Amino acid sequence: MKLLSRKATCNSHGQDSSYFLGWQEYEKNPYDEVRNPTGIIQMGLAENQLSFDLLESWLADNPEPAGFMRDGQSIFRELALFQDYHGLPAFKNALVDFMSEIRGNRVSFDPKKLVLTAGATSANETLMFCLAEPGEAFLLPTPYYPGFDRDLKWRTGVEIVPIHCTSANSFQITESALEEAYQTAQKRNLRVKGVLVTNPSNPLGTTLTRSELNLLLTFITSKNIHLISDEIYSGTHFNSPDFISVMEVLKDSACSTEVWNRVHIVYSLSKDLGLPGFRVGAIYSNDEVVVAAATKMSSFGLISSQTQYLLASMLSDKKFTKHYISENQKRLKKRQEMLISGLLSAGIGCLKSNAGLFCWVDMRHLLSSKSFDSEMELWKKIVYQVGLNISPGLSCHCSEPGWFRVCFANMTEETLDLAIQRIKKFVQTTADNDSQRSHPSVKNSRKKSLTKWVFRLSFDGREPEER
Amino acid sequence: MGFISSNRNNEQLLSKIATNDGHGENSSYFEGWKAYDSDPYHSTQNPNGVIQMGLAENELCFDLIQEWVQNNPKASICTAEGANEFKEIAISQDYHGLPEFRQGVAKFMGKVRGDRVTFDPDRIVMSGGATGAHETLAFCLADPGDAFLVPTPYIIQDQVSRFDRDLRWRTGTQIVPVVCESSNNFKLTKEALEAAFQKATEAKIRVKGLLITNPSNPLGTVLDRDTLKTLVRFTNDKNIHLVCDEIYAATVFNQPGFISIAEIIEEELYCNRDLIHIVYSLSKDLGFPGFRVGIVYSYNDQVTSCARKMSSFGLVSTQTQHLIGSLLSDDIFTEKFIAESADRLAKRHEIFIKGLAQVGIGSLKSNAGLFFWMDLRRLLKEPTIEAETALWRLIIHEVKLNVSPGSSFHCSDPGWFRVCFANMDMTTRMSPHSPISSPLVRARN
Repeated sequence: MKLLSRKATCNSHGQDSSYFLGWQEYEKNPYDEVRNPTGIIQMGLAENQLSFDLLESWLADNPEPAGFMRDGQSIFRELALFQDYHGLPAFKNALVDFMSEIRGNRVSFDPKKLVLTAGATSANETLMFCLAEPGEAFLLPTPYYPGFDRDLKWRTGVEIVPIHCTSANSFQITESALEEAYQTAQKRNLRVKGVLVTNPSNPLGTTLTRSELNLLLTFITSKNIHLISDEIYSGTHFNSPDFISVMEVLKDSACSTEVWNRVHIVYSLSKDLGLPGFRVGAIYSNDEVVVAAATKMSSFGLISSQTQYLLASMLSDKKFTKHYISENQKRLKKRQEMLISGLLSAGIGCLKSNAGLFCWVDMRHLLSSKSFDSEMELWKKIVYQVGLNISPGLSCHCSEPGWFRVCFANMTEETLDLAIQRIKKFVQTTADNDSQRSHPSVKNSRKKSLTKWVFRLSFDGREPEER
Repeated sequence: MGFISSNRNNEQLLSKIATNDGHGENSSYFEGWKAYDSDPYHSTQNPNGVIQMGLAENELCFDLIQEWVQNNPKASICTAEGANEFKEIAISQDYHGLPEFRQGVAKFMGKVRGDRVTFDPDRIVMSGGATGAHETLAFCLADPGDAFLVPTPYIIQDQVSRFDRDLRWRTGTQIVPVVCESSNNFKLTKEALEAAFQKATEAKIRVKGLLITNPSNPLGTVLDRDTLKTLVRFTNDKNIHLVCDEIYAATVFNQPGFISIAEIIEEELYCNRDLIHIVYSLSKDLGFPGFRVGIVYSYNDQVTSCARKMSSFGLVSTQTQHLIGSLLSDDIFTEKFIAESADRLAKRHEIFIKGLAQVGIGSLKSNAGLFFWMDLRRLLKEPTIEAETALWRLIIHEVKLNVSPGSSFHCSDPGWFRVCFANMDMTTRMSPHSPISSPLVRARN
């Protein structure tokens, strides 16, 4: 008899994908300004490290919450014992206010419809358990966050069917793409339970337009399915056009209660506040059955009461949140512009983006051929020769080769500048080599075995959480 | 709900898991909770309220921990002293966990076992409380439809989680009870194990493992060396897993001492360690259920690796990891805590047992846990679950004690009740005569 479960021995946690090779290489040879200036620069980590000073100064001014104190009294005992899966009321209230503030107070959220989870990772998996049976499917627009393969599918047995988006229209979701995905699922005998979108998008860094959102609502209404909107990057929106939450469009639409009950939001503080270690996630749903089930499931991943209490205090400080939201946006905008102009000066363009902690970079012109093998080849050069860990589009299930996600908010300005210099040098060198070469010399078989090796590589080392 | 009527194809829009009762939380067990919630005892404001004795929490030593926290502000990273570490900790989402956290937990686990065994920090895997740990192990070790043998009576872990839910709800695994009886003090026998295994096999249910809680909830007893060896031999012979829930390890307050499975496998060298897994948590030993610190400790490399990946779904907040790591590396504190906690539990336990004995009420002889197993069989009108439930209702509504009936722990003999004694701190004085025993005397008469 097999000793372990199928889940333990299969590969659908997805962590053997080539995506994680870059991580491994970075870990072996990480850039450090002083100790390892030629090391690999981490640009595959969608973290927000730009605004820690704001958090740190708030903490310095407000020592009580972190020290388990309230009005001079220790509430350690109260917090240590608090394990109610309904969550700390003060925290939920502060969190819904914060969510509302990010959306310019155009919508408000009811704390009773909010379920706290240990990070968005847990929120997404929990929603799958609530909305779908093993073998059923969710449609996701490509490119999408590689971690979804694990979070949505692994232990739930749910399938993902891609909605193919292309550069032809800036990767926007179209009606025909939605229909095609639905038909594909049907042909595979998969019952579609819903659509999951990330808005703002990871890896694109764009916000969904109002017409895309309306399209989605129309689609789920006619197919009688769910819509999950993962809005964990909502606070990283820094430029026009505006970020429009699905809740706003729902409010403005003539959708029935039934449709309202099928729209769910996932949130987290890992990106907006830059606190991934604290494991703060949330599900927001209008369907009380979903809220009830998800609340009980949250037992498997509650948020530490210590953390809930600290963040309740922080987020209730409206002066702080107002300042933080706007300052954070300013810094993200500046940093994105720095990356974009740097890439442009190397002749590399990006998808026009207005949110997120990364850019969707167009390196199609640097491919030796229009293929994923070629993308892998280019990527390996960038990791090993240029010394940058960026994320290849293939790992995000992009249908077109040549696109890469490059993060800009997880390093200092100096490091970003260095990364840009390295790219410039690489492009220059490649151009020089191309002009000197009389004919392409790369053998096809070598390319193929290279790709095979990359895909076969199983990763059993450190794998930091990443989006 | 709108979704039912709108469904043109008459199909369920939510999953079965979301709409069934597998979470087990609608059982009558919660009647006691509701009674308590609507009328909670308070020594001055509501002396006639329901006393909460159904909550297995450890509130006896908060003063010690509070003192430590106040003296070590750096451990609460966000204070001025710890602020310079804030960023590093706040951005770390590595599912391996902070090294100091793993080292602290491993060291503490060793100390709790009298340093008779050591634990490898690299095998410490986080989970969302013991609740998350059990579910994770079920996902790793079993496929839907597979079963775990669980000796009765088995736990209901206070209001938040149930074994039935942890093991079964989302994983689809089943529980096959191994019946233990009061006639031999609920000892776990080889015969009972074989009988349960046989029954499962006949029903074509594939048994993947045996799950034990040691010290036991609800019995408050520890397993002796012979029994533990029997279990190892049994599981090894059948090539099934042995999952040992040792979350009450530090609540052992009396002889005989606690023997961990970790010690036994050092003696039973023939055993296949790939089958041995420990579930741990800080919720009972330290009294921190709110901090959600669950641990999976497996001797199987593949399980460790898989459980670690799954821990993404329930990592411990790094803010908490940092605090715990600092707390548990303080050897002077942990040694003092372990000794003092055991001492206070022993004293509290004795007050209750003596008080009940004085009114002729006995309990199973126990030396661990935050509760004791009270014997009210003599008060039953007849030896049935119905009579037990009737007595229980009386105890809740008239005697005003929220205790837990044996039937909710799947106990085969009616008339036993679990009574928690550590969920009020030392400032709540509990005299032996009131309010517990005198109402029970009334009930008896």
